[in-house]
Amino acid sequence: MKSLQELKAIYERMHPMMAVRGGGQDSTNTYERHVLVCGGTGCISSGCQKIVDAMHEELKKHGKDEKVQIIKTGCFGLCALGPIVIVYPEESFYSMVTPECVGKIVEGHLVGGNPVKELLYEETVKGDEITSLSETGFYKKQMRVSLRNCGVIDPENIEEYIAYEGYAALGKVLTELKPPDVIQIIKDSGIRGRGGGGFPTGIKWGFAAMVESDQKYIACNADEGDPGAFMDRSILEGDPHSVLEAMAIAGYAIGANRGFIYVRAEYPIAIDRLIIAINQAREYGVLGTNIFGTGFDFDVELRLGAGAFVCGEETALIASIEGFRGEPRPRPPFPAVKGLFGKPTVLNNVETYANIPQIILKGGEWFKSFGTEKSAGTKVFALGGKIKNIGLVEVPMGITLREIIEEIGGGIPDGKQFKAAQTGGPSGGCIPMSLIDTKIDYDNLLEIGSMMGSGGLIVMDEDNCMVDIAKFFLEFTVEESCGKCTPCRVGTQRLYEMLERISEGKGCLEDIEKMKELSAFIKENSLCGLGQTAPNPVLSTLMYFEDEYKAHILDKKCPAAVCEKLLSIVVVPEKCKGCTLCKRVCPVDCIIGETKEIHVIEQDKCIKCGACIDKCPFKAIIKQ
Amino acid sequence: MSKKVFPFKGTKEQEEQLNVLIKEHVGDSGALMPVLQGAQNIYGYLPLEVQRVVARGLNMPLSEVYGVVTFYAQFSLTPKGKHKIAVCLGTACYVKGAGDIFNRIKKNLGLDGNEDLTEDGLFSVDGCRCIGACGLAPLITVDEDVYGKITADDVDGILEKYKKAE
Amino acid sequence: MSMVNLKINNMDVQVPAGTTILEAASSLNLKIPTLCYLKDINAIGACRICVVEIKGVKNLAASCVYPVAEGMEISINSERVLKSRKTNLELVLSTHNRRCLSCVRSGECELQELCKDYGIENETVFAGHNFEEIYDESAKHMVRDNSRCIVCRRCVAVCSKNQAVSVIGANERGFKTHIGCAFGAGLGEVECIGCGQCINVCPVGAIYEKDETDKVWAALHNPTKHVVVQTAPSIRTALGEEFGMPIGTNVQGKMAAALRRIGFKHIFDTDVAADFTIMEEASEFIERFTAGGTLPLITSCSPGWVEYCERFYPEFIPNLSSCKSPQQMLGALIKTYYAKQKGIDPKDIYMVTVMPCTAKKYEVARTEGNAVEGIFDCDVSITTREFARMIKRAGIDFVNLPEESFDNPFGESSGAGDIFGRSGGVMEAALRTASEWISGKPLEKLEFEEIRGIKGIKEATYKVGDHEVKVAVVAGLANASQVLEDIKAGKRDYHFIEIMGCLGGCVNGGGQPIQTARTRAMVDVPGLRASVLNNQDKVKKLRLSHESPIVKQVYADYLGEPGKGKAHDILHTHYTKKERF
Repeated sequence: MKSLQELKAIYERMHPMMAVRGGGQDSTNTYERHVLVCGGTGCISSGCQKIVDAMHEELKKHGKDEKVQIIKTGCFGLCALGPIVIVYPEESFYSMVTPECVGKIVEGHLVGGNPVKELLYEETVKGDEITSLSETGFYKKQMRVSLRNCGVIDPENIEEYIAYEGYAALGKVLTELKPPDVIQIIKDSGIRGRGGGGFPTGIKWGFAAMVESDQKYIACNADEGDPGAFMDRSILEGDPHSVLEAMAIAGYAIGANRGFIYVRAEYPIAIDRLIIAINQAREYGVLGTNIFGTGFDFDVELRLGAGAFVCGEETALIASIEGFRGEPRPRPPFPAVKGLFGKPTVLNNVETYANIPQIILKGGEWFKSFGTEKSAGTKVFALGGKIKNIGLVEVPMGITLREIIEEIGGGIPDGKQFKAAQTGGPSGGCIPMSLIDTKIDYDNLLEIGSMMGSGGLIVMDEDNCMVDIAKFFLEFTVEESCGKCTPCRVGTQRLYEMLERISEGKGCLEDIEKMKELSAFIKENSLCGLGQTAPNPVLSTLMYFEDEYKAHILDKKCPAAVCEKLLSIVVVPEKCKGCTLCKRVCPVDCIIGETKEIHVIEQDKCIKCGACIDKCPFKAIIKQ
Repeated sequence: MSKKVFPFKGTKEQEEQLNVLIKEHVGDSGALMPVLQGAQNIYGYLPLEVQRVVARGLNMPLSEVYGVVTFYAQFSLTPKGKHKIAVCLGTACYVKGAGDIFNRIKKNLGLDGNEDLTEDGLFSVDGCRCIGACGLAPLITVDEDVYGKITADDVDGILEKYKKAE
Repeated sequence: MSMVNLKINNMDVQVPAGTTILEAASSLNLKIPTLCYLKDINAIGACRICVVEIKGVKNLAASCVYPVAEGMEISINSERVLKSRKTNLELVLSTHNRRCLSCVRSGECELQELCKDYGIENETVFAGHNFEEIYDESAKHMVRDNSRCIVCRRCVAVCSKNQAVSVIGANERGFKTHIGCAFGAGLGEVECIGCGQCINVCPVGAIYEKDETDKVWAALHNPTKHVVVQTAPSIRTALGEEFGMPIGTNVQGKMAAALRRIGFKHIFDTDVAADFTIMEEASEFIERFTAGGTLPLITSCSPGWVEYCERFYPEFIPNLSSCKSPQQMLGALIKTYYAKQKGIDPKDIYMVTVMPCTAKKYEVARTEGNAVEGIFDCDVSITTREFARMIKRAGIDFVNLPEESFDNPFGESSGAGDIFGRSGGVMEAALRTASEWISGKPLEKLEFEEIRGIKGIKEATYKVGDHEVKVAVVAGLANASQVLEDIKAGKRDYHFIEIMGCLGGCVNGGGQPIQTARTRAMVDVPGLRASVLNNQDKVKKLRLSHESPIVKQVYADYLGEPGKGKAHDILHTHYTKKERF
């Protein structure tokens, strides 16, 4: 694009048509309805393409295919209910749509004009009334800034992005602002890195801007490695241009003309959409040379990760892009001074970038107006585990954990009890019931022994054993440690072994103290953030669930009945009918009892194979 | 590393593709990772014969190439099965029983310990890192197919489909 | 240069900006322990034993890589720091095969030393699972035992950065991270060139030469064998270190005395053989230079370099001098000329060589060009370290030995032969002879200062007679690789190049006494050893190879003319391209 006017022309052509998706009117009358089908990884996995195909076919039958626009968008957030379809202008939210339902929706709604109530998300139906989606528990408390376009636009069409003010921020920056002004706006907004550490983004840009160099780089960390976290993936799938635009803005601010996006190879859909977005951005001239005729050049390259969690650490990511083993390097020097290929590099994560265009357009003060004093803005969380509304939510910083879990998340399913919430992935900790009213921000989470991390939030109930969870994370770290420094390479393995001994009933009380000491050592002495936070899952479970450890050590019992070696398989006398099926299936003949008598399992002989549990028709045999 | 020996069966076409790939990248800074990813796409894995060509082509020590290959989980030194099974072992899947599912698959396929490829080469199974579809936890993928919200008991049925198709 | 003021352990110190905390502490004579750090080539902050506490910084910092800053307040042995280092050592020990009594490095192990310093009482605090042991004895010259490896990566750094050989690297990741060759191959299968530099930098006993002293003892105990020995120029510069003598002590006399007490029949000096090498190589150079042969001529005394050339740069094989190394020349002369003189069947002569070099173990086993059909020129090559072990086992009080001499013939060398042991020595010796031969006039000054010193690549142009001769002296194979690449690209052009496999030349060979990383950082070890040879040369009357009486005598009586006939038959060899892994 040679000028801002061209951008404006696209905006003016596209915006009226799409306003309907924001609750307005399609003044162009191009389409009667807009059908938005969630095309995030979750919904694609549950078969949304079949829905799209079926819908096209049905519409054709009715001769309506010209009048209804069907778009595959990014993630709506409510992954547990996928596949999801939203129809505008009614904003009808159809959940768990099957190809069989499509006919009804087309006939009843898209042709007939009446939403098909029985297929709508139950929370939007109150008696005869159909309520707005934004009134549901899941959406009510959310505030979508970085996810603003996810589930609204077609991520594979740059013009839809432009219709929602896309690339206007880049235009503003290039034509109205000097680089220091841009950095000042980012500083004013108070935004901190969304990847985990929470370093102030504006300050980072400022450092890189100050260094004199013939070449500088912008890099985007899209190597979202925390298990159970998928917000960056959703942004890339739903709104890839926001990241490209932000990287160009950062490039202008620090004087860089090349950018790299390092994205996990496990995210094929995100990669495809990024490639499409980059190509379209080049085609439209918002990447490339002489952008908007201002003389500013900027282009972006994709690099794929190859399965190493540690590459989320910035210096490891840099090593990986350079073609080496993804081993972190000592800091200082920081990447802002000496980064990629030895040149000053600004590295931010996807979510951070996704906020930038809005901050530029609306100002630092606007962003600062939500969130807490030290943690401005919103944060995206990936809700997972034992929670009803599994999915993606964006909330203002400072919201309590209880609000997220009970109101937005819809609580724990199956009437089970909440036990802990895990934030920050392998670097974070487990937060117990007693701290559920903690206001979530960077500093509060650190204080209670966890951390923000990239935003994974896994809920656990009474069936989860906290020793086992700590072990799970440590096993992850041992495998994902780069192996360079001793504390992390050897220390995490030894810590894991202690947990393993405890989970097998071979621990002793001194192990608890020894684990705390070793954990402190690993945190203080490791080379990079991975090691420095690796013991957090152990420390936080020790802090809040020490009794559970003691039950494993002293009573040789796993209260949640998870740790295999401590389980015994027993017959519940009240349920046993004496059918002898279990006795016949037992490979070691350790079940005694005659027909119609209550059976008993001889514990010293039982090998815990579980065959009897599967066989019992009365569910009378359990692990405990 | 698996102790089994897999004779190299590379073809002329594959070799040509690899040479073209290397030519495209030689001289680029940070060329190794994209070249290895491309090479794995061509051959399905990265045996000595392939890594040697990459090393000589990019003019770097084979030991360095091998160090990089063994660092990243997605690079494989051994061939994969005709059907690739991946069990997501992310936290959300784990707390919902992904471990049991993984064990059941290995049991079904008769794989012990570190084995990940069946004798007949039909299936390979790997634990994979979170694929970010936590709404479907626990889940497995077989090639391009996704099976979400499954239990260990569903495993035999799922695998049967692929076995039958042979 | 801007200066930075800081406090270490409450003491004020001023150092240049960019200095690391480790170096700043050193300037106060404060020693911070290190394991992975190796000055210039391995500053990676991996082992974390060098951690210190910086006021205002939450975690401990690795002092080997942390640059100082104005106003910094550092404590290098606070309670937190000392406790951390101890835990760190305990963790390292949990992965370390603690068979210290039988370890070749016992008593000179950097890990053992630290365990003593930090009061490690319980070696098994963190005992746990370890991965399968990798014990690689496939190479001719050395053993790599991963069960003792502490993954500090010094060996990897020296192999790639100094030597450009890169046959070992870090494989896998996490707890499984280990040092090894590609695909778990043995060093004997890959293109290891045998330089042994990895041995010299290993802080523990995970890499060591194959000890062949038992072979020497067996020969000595065999009454049918006439066991003779030769010692390379650089042995006398370093052997004393094994007995607590200062680096840079000349122990030539004590060394000869020790050899005699061990029981060798005849004690030769390889320095004398070096004079023969000069006769041959100077002739070869003049021949190629004047008759338009392949230039540049490149020296071939260093078997690590020769092996490297055959593996990595076979296109330069025609440039390699066909002269055998001094070791092989002396072996050849002993099994021909000496055998004849003494009336001994060459089969009964057992030639032991004491070398600063592990690659010499390869060289003695080369089958090309042996002087007597079916017999190796030399039978076994042991390193300086193995030799020291023999002296100790023989119960010799080395430090108090009298000064004795080598046996003649082949016992008195020229100064030119002596300086072979340091980088630039071969070139200087050859230039002395070639210059006089070409110009027909005696040189006014025998020192070629431009090609002395520790730099890895030195170059000069000398006027020899009417000709300009462009020479280069290269040490370390990474430097060699750079020079050869430049030559191929047309960026450099020489007539004559000396290449030594190891930085500093033989004085710093892979078979020399091991000095700790700290000593290597503080002291110019190769430089001090080299000074021994330079001083020996300086005070000698005989400083030109072609003026050596023994050289003249053997050519007159036996060899004839350099580079021709018998001399060519027994003193030259050839090379072949070798495949890479």
